[in-house]
Amino acid sequence: MSTRIDARFTELAKQGRSAFVTYVMAGDPDPTTSLEIIKALPKAGADIIELGVPFTDPMADGPSIQAAGLRALKAGMTLKKTLGMVRDFRKDDDVTPLVLMGYYNPIYIYGVDKFLADAKTAGVDGLIIVDLPPEEDDELCLPAMKAGLNFIRLATPTTDDKRLPAVLANTSGFVYYVSITGITGSASADSNVVGEAVARIKRHTRLPVCVGFGIRTPDAARAIAERANGAVVGTALVDALRGTLDAEGRATGKSVAAVADLVTALAQGVRGAKQAAE
Amino acid sequence: MNPGQPNSLPNSFRTGPDERGHFGNFGGRFVAETLMPLILDLEKAYAAAKADPSFAAEMKGFLKHYVGRPSPLYFAERLTEHLGGAKVYFKREELNHTGSHKVNNVLGQIMVARRMGKKRIIAETGAGQHGVATATLCARFGLECIVYMGAVDVARQAPNVFRMEMLGAKVIPVQSGTRTLKDAMNEALRDWVTNVHNTFYCIGTIAGPHPYPMMVRDFQCVIGDETREQMQEVEGRLPDSLVACIGGGSNAMGLFHPFLDDPSVEIFGVEAAGHGLTQLHAASIAGGRAGVLHGNRTYLLMDDDGQIQDAHSISAGLDYPGIGPEHSWLYENGRVTYLSATDDEALAAFQLLSRLEGIIPALESAHAIAKVVELAPKRPRDHLMVVNLSGRGDKDIPQVAEFLKGEKK
Repeated sequence: MSTRIDARFTELAKQGRSAFVTYVMAGDPDPTTSLEIIKALPKAGADIIELGVPFTDPMADGPSIQAAGLRALKAGMTLKKTLGMVRDFRKDDDVTPLVLMGYYNPIYIYGVDKFLADAKTAGVDGLIIVDLPPEEDDELCLPAMKAGLNFIRLATPTTDDKRLPAVLANTSGFVYYVSITGITGSASADSNVVGEAVARIKRHTRLPVCVGFGIRTPDAARAIAERANGAVVGTALVDALRGTLDAEGRATGKSVAAVADLVTALAQGVRGAKQAAE
Repeated sequence: MNPGQPNSLPNSFRTGPDERGHFGNFGGRFVAETLMPLILDLEKAYAAAKADPSFAAEMKGFLKHYVGRPSPLYFAERLTEHLGGAKVYFKREELNHTGSHKVNNVLGQIMVARRMGKKRIIAETGAGQHGVATATLCARFGLECIVYMGAVDVARQAPNVFRMEMLGAKVIPVQSGTRTLKDAMNEALRDWVTNVHNTFYCIGTIAGPHPYPMMVRDFQCVIGDETREQMQEVEGRLPDSLVACIGGGSNAMGLFHPFLDDPSVEIFGVEAAGHGLTQLHAASIAGGRAGVLHGNRTYLLMDDDGQIQDAHSISAGLDYPGIGPEHSWLYENGRVTYLSATDDEALAAFQLLSRLEGIIPALESAHAIAKVVELAPKRPRDHLMVVNLSGRGDKDIPQVAEFLKGEKK
């Protein structure tokens, strides 16, 4: 299975640099603004887009992403509309990998087979589903692989060497290393500790390893990019967007630019990395 | 049982879950990777405890001398006369230390936490009964205790908040989402993900990822096991029917499970119908469908996009948009009948029981009584009906007083 994700990592390897992965919430603060934002991401320097699927009960997310999800739901966002947004994005961009990130219930209710077919058609490349560990691979991971979508697994500081093979077994695209035990937008990890963890994972897999949780600044992004194949930033972008909203939580003229500007700065951080991890 | 075959009837209803935590199509382990290694550790620790006679002996000692078990099986003579049908017995869980069945489970989990060397205990609570039980046992064993409680519930269950604080627990009001039990559970899970190295999550009901639904059920089965023995002593036979209220469903499962393989015993679970099933309610089976939340697949209240909906019940302990996965399974295979009682029916039962028997029940338990009022008159006088009086109503007095004052206006 070769996807836009594999192609992107191959291309980045040739350039000798790591990936900058951006997370934004689909439909935050409204579907129209949100589409403009994801369209602006590649131009601003995002190599891979993670698109959050809003859910009422995001148990691994901190207050920023929780609030972003609720703003999107209030604006009428659904999983179906999220797929529609991906379709619209693909009209102008057929190369930037796009990964949906969220929780299982909306997909389960949509219907797994129908979802996978619709996601593939819309131009989704991969899935990150927080509440589906390898123990539940029958649910979505194995059907997704069959449907030609990457299933990107989260590895965490609690995933020890004994467990890593099980976590990596059905993973494809890349491995997402969660650098802290915690929720999104909380503490930051020491980049040296992260480097050791990435090296440990790489002893078990040839897949690229991207690192997320707690990366907020260009310097932090650079430090991670020197130790992993990619740095993921989410909460900082969601916060930048929130900072531009009016008192009722609606988009303003500054909203799209605020996200794009931060992406540009962070992308420079990633590109300034001395050398990417092998 | 094989997953995906929820309707095939097993030889026994008491063998579940399977090794992956499934009750038919329900249950499972839908959690973030960070928690998975710990959940596997817990499964091992619990299996080891279950196999260790000293664990059972220690539990037995504390259940007797600290909790005050066995709880009486009481013949409710005046209620029986009033209803004019079945002979109604109460399993008096409200007489337990801390005032509800919750303590049975908490004692078990705290014993397991001690075996695992965990010093920091977190819990979620709705009405505050589970929070109070957890705070109590943490005080008894010198453990740090943090209780997450929806801000709405903090307001409507003030006496229990004070009790928890008196016992040395830290109560954290949860402001996210609907600010009730489901959000308290989200917040507890977020704490657990963050502090996984030293923290034990003491879940209050038979929900969450495997092994919780099984473990909590096992600890609550003392209710049904005692009932069986006591009824044998008093009436020389099995009861004919069982009735219990259901939020997550732990008091009900504790009473029901030991009788699941006795086909002569009719079993009724009572969900909270709130303002009515066509309006805001908390009846996941009557008004929901299968979905995935809080670590397990089960019946949930949700919209067409899979977004979880707000539950409503006058009883904070039943105000949850889901139900334990084993109940979902028992519903689909038909072994248990699920009914529902509205806020108004529960309030009427609350007052009826107070006046007829001199027992003020928890609003949760009043839902079960409300259905006994309907079921008992339709059954013969030699029919033995046991209702789980799962909690006492002291905590609800201020709220009920407010409500009745409002009605009179």
